[in-house]
Amino acid sequence: MSTAARTTWLRELIRKPFFWGVIAIFALLALNVIKDPNYLALSVNPVNGNLVGNVVDILRASAPILMIAVGMSLVIATGGIDLSVGSVMAVSGAVAMVFMKDAGQSGSVGVALGAIGLALLVSAILGAINGVLVAYIGLQPFISTLIMMLAGRGIAKVITEGQNTSATNDPFRWIANGFVIGLPVVFLFAIIIVIIVGLVVRRSALGLMIEAIGINPKASRMAGIKPTGLLLTVYILSAVLAGVAGIMSVGTVMTVDVSRTGYQMELDAILAVVIGGTSLAGGKFSIGGAVVGALLIATLDKTIVFLGISSSATPAFKAIVIVVLCLLQSDRVRGWFVQRRKPPMLRTPSLPAEPKKQEVSA
Amino acid sequence: MTEPLPIVEMRDISIEFPGVKALDGVDFRLFQGEVHALMGENGAGKSTLIKALTGVYKIDGGSIIVAGQERQFHGTRDAQSAGVSTVYQEVNLVTNLSIGENVMLGHEIRGTFGVNWRATHAAATDALAKLGLEYLDTHKPLSTLSIAMQQLVAISRAMAVKAKVLILDEPTSSLDAAEVEGLFAVMRTLRDQGVAILFVSHFLDQIYAISDRLTILRNGRYEGEYLTRDLDRHALISKMIGKDLGALSSLGGNRRVEQRDYDAEAPLLAAKGLGRQGSIEPTDLDIHTGEVVGFAGLLGSGRTELARLLYGADRAGEGELTLHGKRVDLKNPADGLGKRIAFSTENRRDEGIVADLTVRENMILAIQAERGWARPIPRKEQDELVEKYITALNVRPADPNRLIKNLSGGNQQKVLLGRWLATKPELLILDEPTRGIDVGAKAEIQEAVAQLAEDGVSVVFISSELEEVVRLSERIVVLKDHQKIGEIVNGPGVTAQQIVDVIAAHGVAAAAESDIIDAEADVEPSNDPDTAHTPASAEEES
Amino acid sequence: MTIVQNPQAPQTGAADAESGFAKLMSRVKRVIASNPSVLPTVAAIVIFIGMVVYGEVAYGRIVQYNTLSNLFINNAHLIILAVAMTFVILTGGIDLSVGSVIALSSVAGVMLANAGWDPMVVIVLMILIGTAMGLASGILIQYFNVQPFIATLAMMFLGRGLAALLSTQPERLADDSPILWLGEQFKVIDGEKVNDVVITPGVIIALLVVLIAFFVLHRTRTGRTVYAIGGSESSSALMGLAVPRTKVLVYVISGTLSGVAAVVYTSRLGIAQNITGIGWELDAIAATVIGGTLLTGGYGYVLGSVVGALVLGLMNVLITRDGGIPPEMTTIITGGILLIFVLLQRAVTSKRRT
Repeated sequence: MSTAARTTWLRELIRKPFFWGVIAIFALLALNVIKDPNYLALSVNPVNGNLVGNVVDILRASAPILMIAVGMSLVIATGGIDLSVGSVMAVSGAVAMVFMKDAGQSGSVGVALGAIGLALLVSAILGAINGVLVAYIGLQPFISTLIMMLAGRGIAKVITEGQNTSATNDPFRWIANGFVIGLPVVFLFAIIIVIIVGLVVRRSALGLMIEAIGINPKASRMAGIKPTGLLLTVYILSAVLAGVAGIMSVGTVMTVDVSRTGYQMELDAILAVVIGGTSLAGGKFSIGGAVVGALLIATLDKTIVFLGISSSATPAFKAIVIVVLCLLQSDRVRGWFVQRRKPPMLRTPSLPAEPKKQEVSA
Repeated sequence: MTEPLPIVEMRDISIEFPGVKALDGVDFRLFQGEVHALMGENGAGKSTLIKALTGVYKIDGGSIIVAGQERQFHGTRDAQSAGVSTVYQEVNLVTNLSIGENVMLGHEIRGTFGVNWRATHAAATDALAKLGLEYLDTHKPLSTLSIAMQQLVAISRAMAVKAKVLILDEPTSSLDAAEVEGLFAVMRTLRDQGVAILFVSHFLDQIYAISDRLTILRNGRYEGEYLTRDLDRHALISKMIGKDLGALSSLGGNRRVEQRDYDAEAPLLAAKGLGRQGSIEPTDLDIHTGEVVGFAGLLGSGRTELARLLYGADRAGEGELTLHGKRVDLKNPADGLGKRIAFSTENRRDEGIVADLTVRENMILAIQAERGWARPIPRKEQDELVEKYITALNVRPADPNRLIKNLSGGNQQKVLLGRWLATKPELLILDEPTRGIDVGAKAEIQEAVAQLAEDGVSVVFISSELEEVVRLSERIVVLKDHQKIGEIVNGPGVTAQQIVDVIAAHGVAAAAESDIIDAEADVEPSNDPDTAHTPASAEEES
Repeated sequence: MTIVQNPQAPQTGAADAESGFAKLMSRVKRVIASNPSVLPTVAAIVIFIGMVVYGEVAYGRIVQYNTLSNLFINNAHLIILAVAMTFVILTGGIDLSVGSVIALSSVAGVMLANAGWDPMVVIVLMILIGTAMGLASGILIQYFNVQPFIATLAMMFLGRGLAALLSTQPERLADDSPILWLGEQFKVIDGEKVNDVVITPGVIIALLVVLIAFFVLHRTRTGRTVYAIGGSESSSALMGLAVPRTKVLVYVISGTLSGVAAVVYTSRLGIAQNITGIGWELDAIAATVIGGTLLTGGYGYVLGSVVGALVLGLMNVLITRDGGIPPEMTTIITGGILLIFVLLQRAVTSKRRT
């Protein structure tokens, strides 16, 4: 009885889309262990009692990716995309740094909170612009957010006047570098935010409606769902989470580098979502999957550095993973794996293209 | 046997889609110099047959012989080069290019410096001239033409590539009477030039006005091939819907309700001149509390279009709608839902189910949408609600957490019915709720409708199966050609036959309009000179 | 049907240009009257002239030989990219990989040249790298149903990553490299002091690309299929046009031209780096859209995109001249202009529909 229950449980687990993500994380860790048997070793810093080790580094690095991955998974679920997350990170980081720099060298909590609040507010405004363009004006999501992706970096440069800006503020720094009960604060924060977002989305009907819009916008409309407000909410949420990610990532070094902060992070976000099993066509999403995806990406980043490959080359690996995952999602490749039954329709892929286009512009 | 060889012969064609046999052993033949109508209700397999002939679908069985040669088309290009061209209901041209280019795309005349535009436009003008359209400026964008003219340009294009077989798939559905006449003139010209024309239309009058012969399909099966003038409207309609006249006549109105005094009672919903350009002419309609109103009419008659206006799925362009005596403007479905109106679509797959969600989620979707996302329905309440409707409507399997796409069509329909019942509607509009589902589920849905009316819900019931409409409705609104053409108060003695009569008679003879019972009159007028004009090649038949 | 088969193409364009001004005007009038879709392109020309006039009045030294020559020299690569993007956008697609294709192609090219490879071989390889990337995008999009922006986004990161794998340092061409000849400036008209009309082989390549693209789009069946796909992909398929082949082809053209742009750009600067070309996809899209090509496809002209590229180039000149606008603002302004044009397009198309 118990063995039967366990096998179904196992089968259920394998069927989870992010199961292979978990496997991949372990594979990468194993690879590192082969190179250095002490890779997974954790030690306790005798001075402050904090955990030290590669795994802790990975968790710390995964925090900003977790933020944008969760936001992106909601946006993609609606059938959209947010290419601006990396730039919003830079803007948020720039706002925070410039605010604290102007506030002087005070280490007060108030200044840190002000910086965070302002950064998140600006992020929300950028997200609202994306949302309005997509939901109310009906622009294609990728073009609205592409403009924001490129203009956003310009905005960050304007805010910092093109300079890398540093500031000192210990409470702010603590967010990214501090430890609580031996664990990095930034990771704890990220997990707490993910849980909050997960609860809000799944305990309210937000998740259900987002999925309904993503799966079948026409049927959702006929069922009385009004998509505009939902889309706006989702794009704002994505930008605010990107803002949090920006704060986390500038907090580590207390410097914003406007051309590097958040650079190419949109790829990480999309990749994390796809690894988590959410289809880029929209529909069902899994926040747990996005978390696994984010952790995998952080592990991959650290592994590449650990193996001595230039870190600027990582996008190439990630791009290949995305292409492979997209191929696995495509009907054609699925058809190759399913038993060789001849397809009833020859030209289905080209025909439905038209109404879909109408749908987006309507 | 002096019978000429058909230019197209399709033998024993079968096409299967996952789970459905769309065509099952269908025969079809087409001769040069004839207009051949392909008839059948929605889902009969007409478009599937056309797509098989044009190479869009691959056939699973049977053979296609064009001009004496067995062919296997791989796509429209193949079919076109074999001389089979198609003009679809939605004009398949590109509006961003010029008229001339649309005629010549892919066949432009090339010179030393690439495409020779002067020669190309001249060739386009030639092709247009064959249909008497030489007055068109081929340099103008296609978008400057009306849909009807675009349709003719599409035919010119088909002829410019020297088509021997021209397929016209519902070309008239968005044309007005004069435009249809223009199209028919062109079709006659082409027929006289020896072109074989396959014509699909839902307008019976047009079939009788233009076609020489017809093939009837029903539920993916071959029903028969007839000379148009040998088959009167009654016979045609009954062959299409699959009941012979005797059976139709014997079915009476089963709903024995005491006659209500409609004038004395304020209607729940009243439409005055409600219409929308291009989909439904201005229509008056009253619906009373607890009443089942049937919309009868063939596909394309405007029955769905009218229903969509009542829900707000489409916004009315003219006229007014009052609910409980108060004027309402329904801009979108959410508005309709907010006014306690529910609409179950005929297009279950595209507009009904959300395939990747569970039965439970699909059922609560509408009430949840009404409450807004911030006020989720507690899980316990959801379970009770879903449990209630799964039991009441006998959804099988009774598993609320199964994905709806894994249910049979009938059970999907029941889940959708549950979705709308859960919103506690005052008016429930059911568009083809019983199409494509098995007999048992059909009966259960019919029972549910009758029970709803007992409970005081008003129901608009739309179905292609007339006897179903007669059995359930208290009043029957008859539609044809995008307008309401009559209203029948149901009672003992009212039969599906009467509705067939109303539809068949309307517009054929002006006198027939007032006299809906005697429909024999229409057989004569259909034999007018137009249909008598039959080409020699097809004449020998029969 | 392909570019190579029609060496006469440039002559056609030249012959067109020679016909008298009056003839041209009457023809322009007729084209506008019969085809309102050229209006946005005409608007782009008006904007360009307006900017020239404004610049001349406000800052001076705009309408003179060397400024205008430099405008072409400095934006030759952008003109080529705009042409590439026009093909893709006309079909209703998008190519986000053009900037990183340039990075990959130029880094690889410079390293090969410095390793002593024959310059001609290097140039051909640089172009072929672009072709390969474009082919990959096209196959993903057409045969595996990947959305164009996802497929080309993946190519964008792949190109950047591969470039970084090759080198993260600025790679400098040897001073005597024959490739630099393409960027060398030749005086055509010797004006006062430095006020000369100068031209580089790179500019000539760009102009040739424009003329060939014009010929392909307007005088070949392939080109007309590109427009037809943008009008309605399903109709085009039902009309029996070669839709799948053409869709792959536009991405191949886009990639190839990105390779050409890489050659032109590298020859002018003599330096290649893995961060070259960041944000150029925005510039190319903006140039195309400003030039009157609808993002939804089907409408637009390659000559409009050239004007769009010049508008962006001139904007940079004016910003530099002004001095009051921080250069960081450039991407914001470009983004803002793109947004305004996209919104205008949306307003116009939604009006057309009703």
